[in-house]
Amino acid sequence: MALLDVRDLSVVFKRKGTRPFTAVDGVSFSVEPGQTVGLVGESGSGKSVTSLAIMGLLPKRGAEIGGSVTFSDTELLTLSDKQLRDRRGRDLGMVFQDPLSSLNPVITIGLQITEVLERHRGMTRKEARVEAAELLDRVGLPDPQRRIDEYPHQLSGGMRQRVLIAIALACRPKLLIADEPTTALDVTIQAQILSLLSELVSETDTALIMITHDLGVVAGLCDDVNVMYGGRIVERAQRHDLFERSRHPYTHGLLQSIPRLNAPRGEPLTPIRGSVSDNIEWEQGCAFAPRCPNATDVCWSEPPELKADDGRMLRCHNPVAIGDAVTEGAL
Amino acid sequence: MTDETATTTDVTGTGSAATDMDVAGADVTGTDVAGAAGTGGGRSADGDGAAGADDVLVTVEGLEVHFPIKRGIVLERTVGYVYAVDGIDLTIRRGETYGLVGESGCGKTTMGRGLLRLVEPTGGRVVFDDTDVSTLKGETLRKSRRRMQMIFQDPLSSLDPRQSVESILVEGMRAHGLDSGKESTRARLVELLDSVGLPESALHKYPHEFSGGQRQRIGIARALAVEPDLIVADEPVSALDVSVQAQVLNLLEELQQRLGLTYLVIAHDLAVVRHISDRIGVMYLGSLVEEASSDEMYAEPMHPYTKALLSAVPVPDPTVEDEREQILLTGDLPSPANPPTGCRFHTRCPWKQDTLCDTDRPELREVGDGHRVACHYAEDIAAGRITRHEVEPELVHPDT
Repeated sequence: MALLDVRDLSVVFKRKGTRPFTAVDGVSFSVEPGQTVGLVGESGSGKSVTSLAIMGLLPKRGAEIGGSVTFSDTELLTLSDKQLRDRRGRDLGMVFQDPLSSLNPVITIGLQITEVLERHRGMTRKEARVEAAELLDRVGLPDPQRRIDEYPHQLSGGMRQRVLIAIALACRPKLLIADEPTTALDVTIQAQILSLLSELVSETDTALIMITHDLGVVAGLCDDVNVMYGGRIVERAQRHDLFERSRHPYTHGLLQSIPRLNAPRGEPLTPIRGSVSDNIEWEQGCAFAPRCPNATDVCWSEPPELKADDGRMLRCHNPVAIGDAVTEGAL
Repeated sequence: MTDETATTTDVTGTGSAATDMDVAGADVTGTDVAGAAGTGGGRSADGDGAAGADDVLVTVEGLEVHFPIKRGIVLERTVGYVYAVDGIDLTIRRGETYGLVGESGCGKTTMGRGLLRLVEPTGGRVVFDDTDVSTLKGETLRKSRRRMQMIFQDPLSSLDPRQSVESILVEGMRAHGLDSGKESTRARLVELLDSVGLPESALHKYPHEFSGGQRQRIGIARALAVEPDLIVADEPVSALDVSVQAQVLNLLEELQQRLGLTYLVIAHDLAVVRHISDRIGVMYLGSLVEEASSDEMYAEPMHPYTKALLSAVPVPDPTVEDEREQILLTGDLPSPANPPTGCRFHTRCPWKQDTLCDTDRPELREVGDGHRVACHYAEDIAAGRITRHEVEPELVHPDT
């Protein structure tokens, strides 16, 4: 039994006077206990909206959510606000991209952690304070006894992100969703945070959904990777399969277009033509067709389905041939 | 007017602009101006060939940019300095791409701005093509700016939303007396847009009508409009989507080959810098810690910070990721207002020794063919005589 089962999730934003905008469309995936799953995509691919929908953090008005999200046998989408609040923070934790705007600037970091502990684990303030210091120590904040009384602005970006992780893990959630947790950080700090995350996740057997645009982050961390484009999953595979034999032209193109540290220099990159457009249409055909080197007539007239193929899920009429799929830089 | 054009011609050294003026309006002008666009064009051939030789375009000597920290409202007094750039020596050869990498707060952006005198350096010299830019004033400084242009990180905030593309591009040309008549300017604009891969119809559009990648192309066209020799590109692709980055990187390389441009590329993404640069300088807390050719830097990094930085970059290849040995740095970047004594990296260095490191600031010294490193023990580390040890993270307050 999967810990989290997302079935046919769709999010449509509606606003008076404008056409409804489908941000997420028919997204299905599941997460096993202790598993790390990646959601990769560029801006506008719907990866963040997917995570907000799972957490019930989208506004009630203006966003129409369809499908189902089952978390250990409970349907999350139909829970009341109160029931959801009870779950969030206890069973589900979330780490956001920008640690400064997700921490309250006028409350000490210690209080922001103890708040969670008092509410969800029923601790007294004294107990919670001891536990908070321990949590801060575990996420690698130096001198936690003193830092616990400091305010977010007194910490550096990397340390703030550690505090957020401490808050998210305070109640030992079964599932942690990390939305671009290292994008705002420098590369050496990113390495610290990523290794901290994977260490904590494997220690506590927490499942992790990693949302990022950085394929490098996914390559080292995730078991299963979902690649999203225009609100839909276009390819899903185990990480080795995905990176070594990408089949969807989008995944393939992305991997070909990024400069790599380990590739020979001097050759021009192979970019994907065009750019991500705002109004992506899946109704008429494949949304990637305008940018796809493999596009044929059928791509323009018939939306492809997500089908099992070659040990993976693939949404494409003309996938990259298996022989060509080896990305050269990777070898 | 004619005089002014003549002066410009002197600066450019092409001669064609003056003739354009005389036969203004004629169709020929267009082609002539197009020829002038290749100021670098003529140079590109020897520029490429001389990239390895000592044909130096920019020399930076002991550049310092210190920002005063002030306290008090009525009686303002300086209570300290942020040592953003603290003594940098480097040379950029004609036709090459010099990559400057470092993490946020290391001073790489200030270094680029100090070089162009967009911030006033507090010490040191910048010599651009045998002219000491640091002593230029007024009109001569303004004129010298034509040859040094900048491309910014965020194309939306660096383009005026109320100016059409045409007006954005013409502004710089006009300021430097390069718009020599309606017809020729028009032809030049079309040529500029074409060289960055935009259609002519873009001229009458406004920045918001373009995608991020296209906006960055406009930013590049604006820099090219005044026929510069040096372009300082500050994080030119980091605001763009992954699939679009490659387009802009390829465009920058293609333009360099065609126009013989010299680039200073400032970025935090090591893979991007390695891809585009011939030589790379790594900055840490306001100074260069290592400089080498792009290939050597990645094959044999010698400074502990470079090693850590390289090992921290995630590679989109699970096999490499699984086998990679990471050098995790502990703690954060110390404050540039209160930099550590001795070697600035010693507070986080896993190879720190008991002598020298915390007392003497290491010089950037030559250790091999064009490879410079600022570490007392670089050779010992390379030879394996010193091994890595644990580092206790030190507390860093961001606002002190």
